[in-house]
Amino acid sequence: MSKEVATAVKTICTQCNNDRSRMMDIVRAVQEQFSCVSDEAIDVIARQVSTPRVEVESTVSFYTFLSKTPKGKIVIRLCNDIIDRMNGFDVIANAFKQELGINFGETTPDGKISLEHTACIGMCDQAPAALINNVVVTDLSSDKVRSIVKTLKETGDPQKLVSRLGDGNNANDLVKAMVHNNIRKKGDVVFAFSEFTPNAGLEKALAMSPVEVINEVNTARLRGRGGAGFPAGMKWEFTRNAESGEKYIICNADEGEPGTFKDRVILTELPDRLFEGMTIAGYAIGAENGILYLRGEYAYLYDFLSQMLNERRRQGLLGTDILGKKGLNFDIRIQMGAGAYICGEETALISSCEGLRGDPKNRPPFPAQEGYLKNPTCVNNVETFCCVVSILDKGAAWFSEIGTKQSHGTKLLSVSGDCQSPGVYELPFGITVNELLKEVGAPNAAAVQIGGPSGQMICKDDFNRTICYDDLATGGSVMVFGPERNILDVVDYFMEFFIEESCGYCTPCRAGNVLLKQYLEKIIDGKGEPCDLEVLQDLGETVKTASRCGLGQTSANPILTTLKNFRSAYEALVKKSKDGMQPSFDIQAVLQESQDIAGRKSVHFS
Amino acid sequence: MSTTITFIIDEVEVKAQKGQTILEAADEAGIYIPRLCAMKDLTPFGSCRVCTVLVNGRPQAACTQPVAPGIVVENNTEKLLNIRKNIIEMLFVEGNHFCMFCEKSGNCELQALAYRLGIDAPAFPYQFPKREIDATHRDIFIDRNRCILCARCVRASRDLDGKNVFQFIGRGPEKRIAVNAQIKLSDTDINLTDKAVDVCPVGAILRKRVGYKVPVGQRLYDHKPIGSEIETR
Repeated sequence: MSKEVATAVKTICTQCNNDRSRMMDIVRAVQEQFSCVSDEAIDVIARQVSTPRVEVESTVSFYTFLSKTPKGKIVIRLCNDIIDRMNGFDVIANAFKQELGINFGETTPDGKISLEHTACIGMCDQAPAALINNVVVTDLSSDKVRSIVKTLKETGDPQKLVSRLGDGNNANDLVKAMVHNNIRKKGDVVFAFSEFTPNAGLEKALAMSPVEVINEVNTARLRGRGGAGFPAGMKWEFTRNAESGEKYIICNADEGEPGTFKDRVILTELPDRLFEGMTIAGYAIGAENGILYLRGEYAYLYDFLSQMLNERRRQGLLGTDILGKKGLNFDIRIQMGAGAYICGEETALISSCEGLRGDPKNRPPFPAQEGYLKNPTCVNNVETFCCVVSILDKGAAWFSEIGTKQSHGTKLLSVSGDCQSPGVYELPFGITVNELLKEVGAPNAAAVQIGGPSGQMICKDDFNRTICYDDLATGGSVMVFGPERNILDVVDYFMEFFIEESCGYCTPCRAGNVLLKQYLEKIIDGKGEPCDLEVLQDLGETVKTASRCGLGQTSANPILTTLKNFRSAYEALVKKSKDGMQPSFDIQAVLQESQDIAGRKSVHFS
Repeated sequence: MSTTITFIIDEVEVKAQKGQTILEAADEAGIYIPRLCAMKDLTPFGSCRVCTVLVNGRPQAACTQPVAPGIVVENNTEKLLNIRKNIIEMLFVEGNHFCMFCEKSGNCELQALAYRLGIDAPAFPYQFPKREIDATHRDIFIDRNRCILCARCVRASRDLDGKNVFQFIGRGPEKRIAVNAQIKLSDTDINLTDKAVDVCPVGAILRKRVGYKVPVGQRLYDHKPIGSEIETR
């Protein structure tokens, strides 16, 4: 390695105070500058931050946006999620291959452009889409691909691809994205922002005691909007009551569940409300530090969000003595992720913030006792913080009026797939799937995936069920499938997703999902027997029961929920073997070689 | 205030000290909960999931879950035995395990657990992954074909030897054990006196030149199934 590279890597480490816990910032910066984090760079980093080199390598090898071998200065990451596949992914993929003359996973011979697949990038409402470095290109067509590749070859600069900007803050000078918000339905809690006075929630919170703020959130019975639905006020209380350590607030903006993109829209249009919510939480819990964990795919929002934070600091809404309240100090930093779905799991997210592999942690201890750098930590979803602001501004009683008896407030739903108007809908809890389908223009829907791959696939019989915590709970992903879609192909893709995104820590998730996919494909190929359905069920339940974290525990859901709700799709494909041999076993093919040698047909298997 | 608490494992009342894990308390009470990644003196890790039990009906890893007064733990039930059997079979097919000529045969915890759970041969399809061997070190070799990713070596090297010879790289099915050097084990500071050399439950980290030293009939699990040492306490 040249001396200059070593010096540059050293400089990056020094800029991060040679702090091991800032490993993500270090390796991201090295990757950006040198298109890889080479073995030599790993050695330099290890020395600088005083950690074993294998620890650095472990982190680098975990995230899909980092690599040890050099990639092009430009990396095209084409989103391969199911919605993109339904919208012409194959055609787009071929166009890229043809224009660049390379396959996926390869770099052009001049070393300039790499072509890769990536999981959901949060653009299902404008699919097919791709990330080109940090530039998002949406609604792709073969023509668009040709012009994209031409521009990249001519200019070498992805920013030159940006032409017609999206709506709202997508057109902001610091965002400049061709992304559209597609806000289809504004509800009372989050998107009714024009009716709210900025920072009124924060001002009202500061007029109360921290315990009163928590009580208000508890009275409103606000539950986590990320998917798990844990009561937010309780989480705050546990963290506040933790005895030792500096407390931390983390906002989970690692929106990775395929089919969800509502947090992206909040981050674009309502970052001020999000930061206001985090500040309220900081006051309530007694935390002086907040972290916004932003998924690597949303890096195009980084400068904009940083500036919003600066603006709040300038206005005295962040920093010391917030709004003139003596001793009230709170600030927020942004931690970038680097491509790992598992980091949406709160303890994996904390590991990532600490600069480690995104492995979930063992519980207990829970984050409220020992989270970020062993400090009491409270992790909430983007939407949850926004709800907090409305609750503090308008009161718990107002909030409780919205939604159902058990599930208060509204839910942001990211709707995509076979419908007329994909986009973000803010609807009160309690809406039925039928009502939702009417709203989004999907009269012919045959199946709906509620809550993304980790949620459940429901059939027409269940369309009268309601979206709320007690019935169909969801973090917000709603994918609609028309009657022409093959449900088992969808399931097959979801299993591929979980295999790729499993951290590999525990056996059932790491090895079980691979087997589940194999049995499923055996059935799809027409080689399955009725007993294979039992194997699927049994294996699926093992993965669900024995896996270590939420990802693993829900990773068999695509199979388990379709075995229940779409059983006929499986049963139509399996058949009892006639000759006592497994349908996947071709006796003639196996015998061929010996028959050739013997020069005659088998007596027993002719 | 007494720190002794009582709780139930499969209808048996068990005494435990506050702060113990369910697995530790069960061991002391002479109740065997099958495990692979857990080992005495190593920080609980919770990766293999073989020790999955139901605590008040909820699945938990016994090796990481602390005891609590009055909890009801299910261990030796048909459902849990089936889950453990599935997990052991998964471990067999995701690697390349050749018991019949493995140096660890008879002393291998994975093999012994398979026998204890009544697995003759895995029913799941073998994956036949391509995995690397590292025989560069004079006295020690790594055969990743037989690695079950239990992290015993990672923890022993870090916590007992005060080194950091091992750590995982990659994720999902591509996860592998790596060494603290650019390429090979011989470039690390491991040596034969390290605890990390002897903690491997399978034949993934072995000493050279001592294979098959113990004759058949005198190996650890030749006469009694794994877990008997705990059950006969």
